Amino acid sequence: MFVTLLILRNAFRHKLRTTLTMVGIVVAIVAFGLLRTIVDAWYAGAEATSSTRLITRNAISLVFSLPLNYEQKLRQVPGVASVAGANWFGGVYITESNFFPQFAIQPEHFLDMYPEFKISAEERKAFMIDRQGAIVGRKLADKFGWKIGDQIPLRGTIYPGTWTFNLRAIYDGADAKVDETQFMFHWALLNETVKARFPRRADLVGWYAVEIKDPNQAAEISQRIDATFRNSLAETLTETEKAFQLGFVAMTEAILVAIQAVSFVIIVIIMAVMANTMAMTARERYSEYATMKAIGFGNGFVAFLIFAESVGIAIIGGALGIAITFPVANAFGAAMGTLFPVFYISDETILMQVAAALVVGVVAALIPAWRAARVKIVDGLRAIA
Amino acid sequence: MNDSSEQQSIVAIRGLSKHYVRGGQIIPVLVDINLDVAAGDFVALMGPSGSGKSTLLNLIAGIDKPTAGQILVAGIDIAQLTEGELAGWRAAHVGFIFQFYNLMPVLTAFENVELPLQLTSMSRRERHERVDTALALVGLSDRSEHYPNELSGGQQQRVAIARALIADPTIIVADEPTGDLDRVTAEEILGLLTGLNREIGKTIIMVTHDPKAASRAARMINLEKGVLVD
Repeated sequence: MFVTLLILRNAFRHKLRTTLTMVGIVVAIVAFGLLRTIVDAWYAGAEATSSTRLITRNAISLVFSLPLNYEQKLRQVPGVASVAGANWFGGVYITESNFFPQFAIQPEHFLDMYPEFKISAEERKAFMIDRQGAIVGRKLADKFGWKIGDQIPLRGTIYPGTWTFNLRAIYDGADAKVDETQFMFHWALLNETVKARFPRRADLVGWYAVEIKDPNQAAEISQRIDATFRNSLAETLTETEKAFQLGFVAMTEAILVAIQAVSFVIIVIIMAVMANTMAMTARERYSEYATMKAIGFGNGFVAFLIFAESVGIAIIGGALGIAITFPVANAFGAAMGTLFPVFYISDETILMQVAAALVVGVVAALIPAWRAARVKIVDGLRAIA
Repeated sequence: MNDSSEQQSIVAIRGLSKHYVRGGQIIPVLVDINLDVAAGDFVALMGPSGSGKSTLLNLIAGIDKPTAGQILVAGIDIAQLTEGELAGWRAAHVGFIFQFYNLMPVLTAFENVELPLQLTSMSRRERHERVDTALALVGLSDRSEHYPNELSGGQQQRVAIARALIADPTIIVADEPTGDLDRVTAEEILGLLTGLNREIGKTIIMVTHDPKAASRAARMINLEKGVLVD
């Protein structure tokens, strides 16, 4: 009780100094949490993948397609449970700034392979029977105020013309990691239209999602698939869905490394600021510490007072910072729109924020506590004069 | 000094020397000091600045270490104690009064007086009873909830005296206790110390360079250039 009282009163002896230090910690913890969340958002696609799914694409580049008849051959590869083709559509909804990912999918198998997209049975049925039907994620529907039955026009960029879809289903993610900003429609519609307008581009699939029976055999099955199409006109590259997603992340890895580095630099800066504050605080109190030691309090007790004060300030600042990170992240995520479709503060980020606050508190107190503990009583008492 | 005189003395100093090393040069501060202070005595250590009187007081109080010699306080040679042992010893045996009071600014007068008792196993009730008694003794019962910056210099020194007394120490050491006070207040503080010595029988060793303050002590000891002089 006495010790707690002493620590609290010491901590708030210079209210402005303590408040400014806390504000610094709050800002640092919020910035740290936000930057970590941005990095997490970048990896969200990879995090939401399934170990039972492989992606088979053209070995040259994702830009090149695969023949439609590969689907049947893929099904015959031992270990393969299901196959669904998909294409990137790349349409524009009103203006380019309304970007969201659009895929033409073969829904008969695709929807079963992606159980994380939760769709009601009625809506799924309505989508399946409407060739112009579309499925969108809840966030996307909310963003544009779409309701079931609405018509959604997209201006094709890869596939020119105006494409009008009927919104038949809205999916919810099974958890926070699932991207709820996707737009999916029937691959058959795409193929029929392309066949009519650009016959040479018909019957081509962007990539195949391949469901496998045993995730432990992913490597062997990938090799089997690629061996099947070796020396063909369209050789394949098969990899796990996670590796496929990480391939996109790798394109921007330098940016991610920079963001991560900045997040840690922020913590180091606040650590230096806090250490300076604690050093100044301890130096001002040398005579008090010397008096306490003269009375009979040990060196360890004096060091503990400084540590506790520093860690206390850091914890309060850290807790406020963590609390503020949530509304800040929500506002940031909303402002970014579909650029970061999955934007949430992970438990790991919160733990890292807590750890960062603790480390700041402890490290900032190390040298001041060591000095205060070591200062000779006679020297400390002289400091008052 | 013989053994019997050591037994009667609450403080017995034998062959005490203290020197500092500055820039490779040995600077003697105290040279072969021999001194006895009887229980219940009120001793004034006098001398000009730099004579070593504060150093001698610090050594007796166990907040500094001698270069050579013995310092027996209540039969314990404190020169042989480790830093940790000394801290415990000071808590039990020494009450400090400083020139600038050295109160904790974040604690009230009551809490400042209670501070040394936090090192004991006393119950909260017992501690509070003792603090009330000590504050009454120095005439500050009505200022117990005041912080040091709300008290005058004389009042702060009274709080410091109550703090020095509270754990019932073997000796009270006072380093220029009136050095920062005006004459009237200084007289009040000296009166208080004299009363503690005469009425409660507290052993007090006081450093001062003020002859008037020293005259209130039962015994005066002079130091010059680190040597005791008659």
